[in-house]
Formats: sequence, structure tokens, C-alpha cells
Amino acid sequence: MNIVVCLKQVPKKDSILRIGGDQKWIDYRDISYEMSEADAYALEEALRQKEKHGGEVIVISLGPERVRQSIKEALAKGADRAIHLQDPLFDSATDADGIARAIAAALKDEKYDLIFTGLQSDDYGFAQVGLIIAERLGLPSATIVMEVQPEDAAVRVKRELESGWFQWVKMSMPALLTIQSGINQLRYATLKGIMAAKKKEIREVKAADLGLTAEDLKPGQVVDRAYLPEKTKRTEIIEGKPSEAAAKLVEKLRFEARVF
Amino acid sequence: MRIRNPQSEIRNRLGYKMSQGILLFIEQRDGVLNRTSLEALVAAQGIASQTGEKVAAVVLGKSVSSVAAEIAAKKLEAVYTIEDDKLAEYTPDGYVSASKQAIEQLAPRLVIFSHTYQVRDFAPRLAAQLGKTFVTDCVGFRVDGGDVIFTRQVFQGKLNTDVRVISAPPALASFQAGSYRADKAEAGDSPCPINALSVNLSDTQIRTQPEAKFQEAKQAVDLTQAPLIVAVGRGIKSQENIELVQKLADALGAEIAASRPICDNEWLPMDRQIGSSGQTVAPKLYLAVGISGAIQHVVGMKNSQTIVAINKDPEAPIFDIADYGIVGDLFEIVPALTAEVLKVKSES
Ligand SMILES: Cc1cc2nc3c(=O)[nH]c(=O)nc-3n(C[C@H](O)[C@H](O)[C@H](O)COP(=O)(O)OP(=O)(O)OC[C@H]3O[C@@H](n4cnc5c(N)ncnc54)[C@H](O)[C@@H]3O)c2cc1C
Ligand SMILES: Nc1ncnc2c1ncn2[C@@H]1O[C@H](COP(=O)(O)O)[C@@H](O)[C@H]1O
Repeated sequence: MNIVVCLKQVPKKDSILRIGGDQKWIDYRDISYEMSEADAYALEEALRQKEKHGGEVIVISLGPERVRQSIKEALAKGADRAIHLQDPLFDSATDADGIARAIAAALKDEKYDLIFTGLQSDDYGFAQVGLIIAERLGLPSATIVMEVQPEDAAVRVKRELESGWFQWVKMSMPALLTIQSGINQLRYATLKGIMAAKKKEIREVKAADLGLTAEDLKPGQVVDRAYLPEKTKRTEIIEGKPSEAAAKLVEKLRFEARVF
Repeated sequence: MRIRNPQSEIRNRLGYKMSQGILLFIEQRDGVLNRTSLEALVAAQGIASQTGEKVAAVVLGKSVSSVAAEIAAKKLEAVYTIEDDKLAEYTPDGYVSASKQAIEQLAPRLVIFSHTYQVRDFAPRLAAQLGKTFVTDCVGFRVDGGDVIFTRQVFQGKLNTDVRVISAPPALASFQAGSYRADKAEAGDSPCPINALSVNLSDTQIRTQPEAKFQEAKQAVDLTQAPLIVAVGRGIKSQENIELVQKLADALGAEIAASRPICDNEWLPMDRQIGSSGQTVAPKLYLAVGISGAIQHVVGMKNSQTIVAINKDPEAPIFDIADYGIVGDLFEIVPALTAEVLKVKSES
């Protein structure tokens, strides 16, 4: 069973985000990066399926040179090969449509049974790229997946619904699934894996290779302005050394909020 | 987002002038209206009142008359129903096909959804089939000279963006649960007309077969009854450190709860998870330790009476809903707080 994993590199979770000079996005200076959380789980799920059923895990990522770091991490964890969509033209693909269009085009001639994406990225958080890829490749899909059971030519998946509800859904393969964090327990790359990764293929793909022009990647929506959310509620920030702050808080909880 | 003014007065097949209008997607399950659709209605009515447009609603399913009647009491131009055996159970293929036909017939310039799990499951496909842009998970809007600018959060709520649509209408937009209050939905003076839309699903292939919905084995703890909750998030860093927070909970006589990553890592059991995919609680005290305050967590605890946040990042979104906050290292603050609580309790 061959599985493609769409992997996005995003600023690390605890990055201090500053607004960039153009006020439209963040300032990328001094930022370090990691795989978007749900994508790490998608990769892990693909590796586990491969260990059970055989086949190949192919990772695909669209982004600048730095993205190679995350691609290499995926290869070190056990992915077999990678496709890196890197081109200045892809910088203009700033909405889900453009990103999905490029990824779908790059997968057109691949042989796969399943495509995994994360359910949403940690930076843009469109929650769209996976399904647009599915639509463009004509695949059935399921979102927010918490378990994957291949059955011959079909796949049965457990979808998470709101408030602790679930539902199994079955469809034929090939199919696209968007994976939810927590579907499995993540592994670490081993030294052996890191060494083996050095020999694995990372194929670079340019926009022209896919026949895509700037016009094709033009977004349908743009960010006018990025800014820190205004506080709507007045939080009383309690200052002081830990022991002082603790004493003040307990006092407030007892006599203002009367919670104990 | 800027929705360009459409070339006036395109009449659609039904003869309704919807080219200026807003179409609201109503979600129902087993004939019961999803309350978040009413929140999205508030957004739709708010936009419409500023652009001078009308709002119509569309409901899909097998028998949706009671939901349609309920929603028709609101201030709307019309409610459209689409009933078909193929829509008895939600499937992405059925819903994409039916709503695509509805949008083509009614030709709105804006289609509004609530950002539910169901909408996440089909609306991006719908937008792709229509070749239209979809602004997801919005928390607000502003009308600027007839153009609608949407507010959406990025980086898990750490930043906001103002988003403008630059492609031809219709555009799709979904609103995050909790962005508007359902009880603010305006009622109509009299019920609006309910019209059946006819769509053709005979050629629509349903490629996914859903089974019955279910809940996992009964929850061992019912956090909804706990008056005091201490909740721990990823800031705790490792499983061994959970004990630190457990001690604080014990000192307070509180239940321990967690954000999703803690349960994903199996550091605490699933039934202690608070949020959209966990439990919803409203205790007297909710003390959040090392939790950033992502919306999927916040929806599960924002109605708590008193919220306290301990976080090293002064910009963490959790401080936006906290009554009291301590900015600092939880590994220093939590033990100090535990000691203080024990001291106070032994004195009284
Ligand atoms: C469909 C969907 C459903 C979801 N359902 C849920 C749900 O039900 N419940 C839920 O919780 N999440 C849910 N999530 C995940 C949610 O989006 C967030 O990813 C999650 O809530 C983040 O958890 P966290 O705040 O513990 O971690 P993070 O966001 O990583 O935050 C950790 C915080 O700890 C702080 N910190 C770090 N070190 C220290 C220190 N030493 N001292 C003090 N503070 C420190 C950091 O400043 C940061 O604010 C869902 C997501 C999706 C997409
Ligand atoms: N630039 C990218 N490269 C590879 N995969 C991506 C990229 N952007 C998004 N994806 C995939 O699509 C998922 C959903 O992203 P989004 O629609 O931005 O929330 C992510 O979790 C990834 O799996």
C-alpha cells in the first residue's frame, strides 16, 4: 500500500510572533520551524500502515529551501522518498487553492492508495488544502480521522465528530484522509534512520514542471492586515515573585471570586 | 475580504434576485437544528443590514420541514429546502452536489456557514467544485464601502488577520462557533416563505458509506459536576511533571483536567480532555496551567465563573478570557501556589 503524506513546515509552537514590516504577515526573522502538528501524526500513521501492509511512504511538501529540514526528518523517521515543491512562483500561492492546486498537479502521475494530510495547518489553519487536493484528483475523502483500517480495496476510517462522538465511514481506495492529532503516538528518528535518510531521494519540482504559471496560483483571498488580537476582557495580571503572586491570587480567589 | 459588487440584477433560474444576497447554510441532524447555524445567521444578518442585502437560508436532508419552519421564524427573505433520499445521511458527495446546485440556482454573492465538523468535511470540496474561494473559521467581519472584510485567526489564535476576497462572487465564508450569540438572531415580523428547491441527485455518486454515530466507552469522570478544575496543557512538558499540577488540584480539592495534547500523549486519560472534542465544563474555578487558549479548548471552558491562567507568554490567547493571570514559569508558580493554598487551608 502506497501512501502520500502532505507535510507542511510551520513556525515552532512556542515562537514569539512579531508582525512583519508590511503588516500583512509575521516577520520570519529569528523563527525556527517544525512539522505542523497534525502532519507529524499523518506521517506516523502512514509509517505504521506501511509496517503492517508494506508499500511506500512518499512525503510531499511545498515551501522554500528551509522545508528540506522537515522533509529530511520525515525520511529519517522512515518515509521512502520525497517531493519538494520549491519555486519563487509558489510564494504567490498564499491561499489553500493555490497550494492544493500545485500539490495535486505534482501527484497526478504518482501511484498511491491513500493520501494523508493534516486536518488543518498550525499557521494558516485553512482546513482546506486536503479536500481541495481530493477534489482535484477526483478522490473520495474523510476528515478528522482517528483510525485507519484498510480492507482489501477499501478503507474504513473512524471520524471524530463534535463533543466526543465518532463515526466509521467506508470508501474505496484511492482516497484522501485528513488526519487528526492524537491518532497514534509519535516516534523519534533513530541515528540509523538519520543515516539511511541521506541516501533517499528528494525530488525538486518547479512550477514550470507542472505547467503552472503565476496566474494559476493567484489567490482568491488575501490578507489585508495581520495584528495582535485586541483584548476583550480585562484580565487582572498579578505581579510579584512566585510566592507573592501566589499569596495575592489565593487572597483574590477567596475574597473576590469566593471560589473557596 | 472584498466581494466586488456584482454586475447588478442578474436574475437566476428561479427569478429571485439573489445576486446581491446572502445564502446561509443551515445544519441539521435527524431533524434537529444545529444551534451554531443561528450564530452564523447573526453574522449573515449583520452583514446584510450593512450592505442592504437580504438573507435566505437553505436546509438539506430527507425530511427537514420542522427545521425549515423553525428557521423561517427568523428575519429572512426565504427558506429553501432540499429533500432527497440521498441526503438522509450526511455524506460529503451528497451535500456537495445538492448545495452546489442550490448555489447555482440562487446565485448569491456570499454563502455563509458555521465552521462545524460537517462543514469542514464538505464545504472545501464544494468551493473547489465551484471554483470559488472559501474564507474559513472567521470570528468577525466589517463592511467597508459595500465590501465585506472578514477577520480570521491564524497561528492558533495568536494573531488575527483581515481577509479580503479578490475573486469573482460567490464567495464562501464560515464562522467559528461562539463568534456570535445565537439568541441575538433577529426574528421576522411574520414567518418567511418556505420553498422547495428541486435538485437532481440521480447522477450523484455517493462514494462514502457512513455507519452509526457512537460515543466511546462511558466516561469514568464527569467533569461537568466538578466545582473546581485545574487544567494542564503542553507547557507542563513531560508526563512526570503532571504530578506538580495534581498536587495543586489536590490542595484545592479540585479535579484535574487537560488540553488535548496532554490526552493525545496519554499523559492523562481522554475523559479528562476539555474542549470541542472533549467535555464542556463551567465550574466555579477553572485554573489553566500552561494552556495557550486555542479556540477548540476555550469553547469547552469559557463559561466558567472564574478563570485563572498561568502562562509564561503574556500574549497567550488564554489571557483574553482569564479573570486573573500570572505571567511566569509554571514550574515556579504552581509549587508556590500549592504551598499557599495548603497554608491558607490549614489556618482556617
Ligand atoms: C478539530 C479540532 C479539535 C480539537 N479539539 C480540542 C479539544 O477538545 N481540546 C483541546 O484542548 N484542544 C483541541 N484541539 C487542539 C487545539 O487547537 C490546540 O492545539 C490545543 O488546545 C493546544 O493545547 P495547549 O494549550 O496545551 O498547547 P500549546 O498551544 O502548545 O500551549 C502551551 C502553552 O504553555 C505555555 N508554556 C510553556 N512552557 C511554560 C512554562 N514553563 N510556564 C508557563 N507556561 C508555559 C506556552 O506559553 C503556551 O501558551 C483541537 C483542534 C482541532 C483542529
Ligand atoms: N505547503 C504545504 N505543503 C505540503 N502540505 C501542505 C501545505 N499546506 C498545507 N498542506 C497540507 O494540508 C493540510 C491542511 O492545511 P490547511 O488547509 O492550510 O489547514 C496540512 O496539515 C498539510 O497536510
